[in-house]
Amino acid sequence: MPNEHSSKQYELDLEAIRSRVLQMGGLVEKQFHDAMICFRTIDVKEAERIIAADEEVNRLEVQLDDFCSHLIVKRQPAANDLRTVMATIKIITDLERIGDEATKIARAARALHERGTVPIAHEKTVRVMASSAGRQLNGALDAFARLDEKQATRLILGDEEIDIEYRAVMRNAVTFMMEDPRTISASLDTLWVAKAIERIGDHAKNIAEYVIYIVEGKDIRHTDYASAQQAGG
Amino acid sequence: MSLATPTPEATTAPGMTTTLQVQNLNFFYGQFQGLKNINLDIFEKKVTAFIGPSGCGKSTLLRTLNRMYDLYPGQRAEGAIMYSGRNILDADVDVNVLRAKIGMVFQKPTPFPMSIYENIAFGVRLYENLTRGEMDERVEWALNKAALWSEVKDKLHKSGLSLSGGQQQRLCIARGVAVKPDVLLLDEPTSALDPISTVKIEELISELKEDYTITIVTHNMQQAARCSDYTAYMYLGELVEFGETDKIFLNPSKKETQDYITGRFG
Repeated sequence: MPNEHSSKQYELDLEAIRSRVLQMGGLVEKQFHDAMICFRTIDVKEAERIIAADEEVNRLEVQLDDFCSHLIVKRQPAANDLRTVMATIKIITDLERIGDEATKIARAARALHERGTVPIAHEKTVRVMASSAGRQLNGALDAFARLDEKQATRLILGDEEIDIEYRAVMRNAVTFMMEDPRTISASLDTLWVAKAIERIGDHAKNIAEYVIYIVEGKDIRHTDYASAQQAGG
Repeated sequence: MSLATPTPEATTAPGMTTTLQVQNLNFFYGQFQGLKNINLDIFEKKVTAFIGPSGCGKSTLLRTLNRMYDLYPGQRAEGAIMYSGRNILDADVDVNVLRAKIGMVFQKPTPFPMSIYENIAFGVRLYENLTRGEMDERVEWALNKAALWSEVKDKLHKSGLSLSGGQQQRLCIARGVAVKPDVLLLDEPTSALDPISTVKIEELISELKEDYTITIVTHNMQQAARCSDYTAYMYLGELVEFGETDKIFLNPSKKETQDYITGRFG
């Protein structure tokens, strides 16, 4: 662990940033989790609540951005502190997008309700996908909290699994729609949800990449870093 | 004396010329050892910053580079500082010639109590015989280099002490530049100046490095990050880390360096 700053307030400010990111992370995790339940149970009231709760996620993003700007202007952070602040600014963008994706899932649930249809056939595959993405998101936040670059590397590789599951859901839905065109609108809703989950997986992967940036100072976006690490280790 | 352990980063980058090569340098203030086995390359036409907490040896190192310590009895240096194929620590080196080639600017502006013109011409006369016209040109050239000409051209015969602090410091830089040195050593050149004068000096540093090799000691970490190409972090007389400034401030190799530049020191 690094030593403490000579300035107590600086230390407190950095700690406040870290804990607010995690607070925001916890909130979007819950949004995503609740949205999936809502999609399964087609609970319109719950869908409305989830859509409204996205406001809080947005508010936290703005607040954290502001906090980071103030920290930069007051402290001119360097090295690992600078990387933490830079990564935080990006991580909260990903978290906010995850919140948006959860909102999309809640909207899809509302649409299903309005049409009075239930796409039972895809429900299980989508649920498997959602739990993979949920694990990825949880893992990414955990890796950020503990600054664990090894876990982050595993998560980056794990994203591939969600992509494979997404393609399976898509094939499944296409087959359904061809067999029975009456299922098209419900299948499309399901596909939007699957797409939202797939995007959440991507955002979790981005967060894992920023963790590696914080810890090692390497910007590994758009590289094969994780595969190379696995092959090497 | 122990053998050198070269710092991994202290290798010459391709296409770079080393102006000063510090080899196994040890420095003593009487019994106290101020520098411990320093190995460092100062590259041509680059700015190298020395940073570190008070008493770490950064000013001492700077002062060995033109043997400023010679003025004080009981201070001695061992090892080698290679410059133009010679070890400048050798006893037979003419320190006056050396100091013309490796000039120094101090923390507090030190204009001589004479006119602005004479502040510059004085040093030049020690080394060169110039005609009146040539000297006028040289003074103008040096003041231009130090970005001071436009501010003083109408009052060259007023006292150097009549200038503001920032102008005085630029006058000292002009004085250093006037003898056409290879290297300029700046010992906390802006620590006594206001922010605007500081910006001017920093701009000046980036212009001067087109022609000169510059070494700067600074307590202002942001200044080192802004102005320098290479940074050396020193602690307790040792060189902890030396490398490209961007690397040192974004992702230093050593934890001690990171702790210092992020303010986790002590």
